[in-house]
Amino acid sequence: MGQDTMETLINGTKILVIFLSMGSLVPFLVWAERRTLALMQSRLGPNRTGPLGLLQILADLVKPLMKEDFAGQATHKGLFYLAPLLAIIPPALVFGAIPFSHPLILPSFEFLGYAFGPYTFYFQGFNLNVGVVFALGVSSLSAYALLIAGWSSGNKYSLLGALRAAAQTISYELALSLALVGLILVFNTLDFLEMVKIQSGPLTFSFFGSEKTIPFLPGWGIFYQPVGAFLLFISFLAESNRVPFDLPEAEGELVAGYHTEYGGIKLILFYIGEYAHIMVASALMVTFYFGGYTFYPFLTEDSLNGLFQARMGEWAGLLTSLALFITFLVKFFLFLFVFMWIRATLPRFRYDQLMDLGWKTLLPWAFGNAVVTAVVIFIFDFFKRGSFFG
Amino acid sequence: MAPILFLFFIAAGFAAFLIGISIKFAPKDRPTDIKASSYECGLAPDPPPSRHIPVKFYRTAILFIIFDIEIIFMYPFALAYRDFLAQGQGLYILLVMGVFLAFFLLGLWWEIASKALKWT
Repeated sequence: MGQDTMETLINGTKILVIFLSMGSLVPFLVWAERRTLALMQSRLGPNRTGPLGLLQILADLVKPLMKEDFAGQATHKGLFYLAPLLAIIPPALVFGAIPFSHPLILPSFEFLGYAFGPYTFYFQGFNLNVGVVFALGVSSLSAYALLIAGWSSGNKYSLLGALRAAAQTISYELALSLALVGLILVFNTLDFLEMVKIQSGPLTFSFFGSEKTIPFLPGWGIFYQPVGAFLLFISFLAESNRVPFDLPEAEGELVAGYHTEYGGIKLILFYIGEYAHIMVASALMVTFYFGGYTFYPFLTEDSLNGLFQARMGEWAGLLTSLALFITFLVKFFLFLFVFMWIRATLPRFRYDQLMDLGWKTLLPWAFGNAVVTAVVIFIFDFFKRGSFFG
Repeated sequence: MAPILFLFFIAAGFAAFLIGISIKFAPKDRPTDIKASSYECGLAPDPPPSRHIPVKFYRTAILFIIFDIEIIFMYPFALAYRDFLAQGQGLYILLVMGVFLAFFLLGLWWEIASKALKWT
């Protein structure tokens, strides 16, 4: 067993852990959402099974497994069974690319009589240098799952719901990818890990020739790109078909939308896909605009490393990574809470309003955001160097 | 590359496994005609869904492809922007990109003005 085998093993384990924790977080999120919505509406929500109703998580998983597996006679069988599979693959792939904590550098060590060189353990499934493009490309593939589900159902309402879902997803895809142009102009990288590193310092910007630093504020993306962050968040809401953009499942018009014909575990797989989309959206918002796993004045790898180095010695690296991981989780769950909060607050759009918002409001604003960012960077660069040319 | 493929197959395998459990262990019932028909709120599902789809969906799809490709071209620009600035070519790249962005804006304006996106 050499270095290569160990690396493969570590990578495999990592990916298994990431996927399983994503999958097991979904029933928990469903429970959390039901409780949150209930409390916001002066109800109690699920509180009968187990403490705080937490055993509801188990019940929610076992019950659909024991439901009859059924496909109507008008369905196209192959595609009908393929669609739920396709629904959970794209968000799972994006989730693997997100950095959850600071890379841990292990010194060389001996294991079972074999020597292993120094190894950098990344807290992410795979470290991509084109993370942003990968996330955009892969997550938009989930439109296929919706279209295939609606088309193969052989149901008028399913087909209409799927068409609506697809049109909505691709319309907001534009604003989403254009809002990110401003962010890439600021950070000058497509790598998630690199982005988080840039945001781990204090807020710094060059202002008419002089470098200004605000020592008490973290250098998060939202301070450089407030409009972009807002646009991206709205686009993520629409992409994951959440309230107020849940037109594909408007019960009053479409029965249940693209998954009318689905039941049992196949329906649950669609729900896993939807919740995984929300998780991906939260994780990406945190990584892009809210400093990822860092929180500048206290929780950065430098300050934590110094703190732990004095007391814990050789465990400092591991403890730092763990503390930063918890920081990430806190931000991540805060964003998930915001998604639930919005669901409890806002009513649904009408479909033409939805398309108008995407094409005539968000797209021009995202465009303006990108142009203004480029021009501002150009002007500050001009003042910094005192001339337009070299 | 390999980890991505691995994650892909784990996700697909997990979903297939769950569906498999359901097929194997869940109770089966003999389907009747009513049960096997499409669920359309009690109306008889006849005729089947039409293959004719309103043209506005096609319009949206076509416009999406054009605009998405234009936006993808902005990514290399955004990545290379600092390099151009560092070499003193900032004005050049801004002007060149300005022409491209002007066409983008013109397209967006034309699309809205010609009511290609009017959804009624």
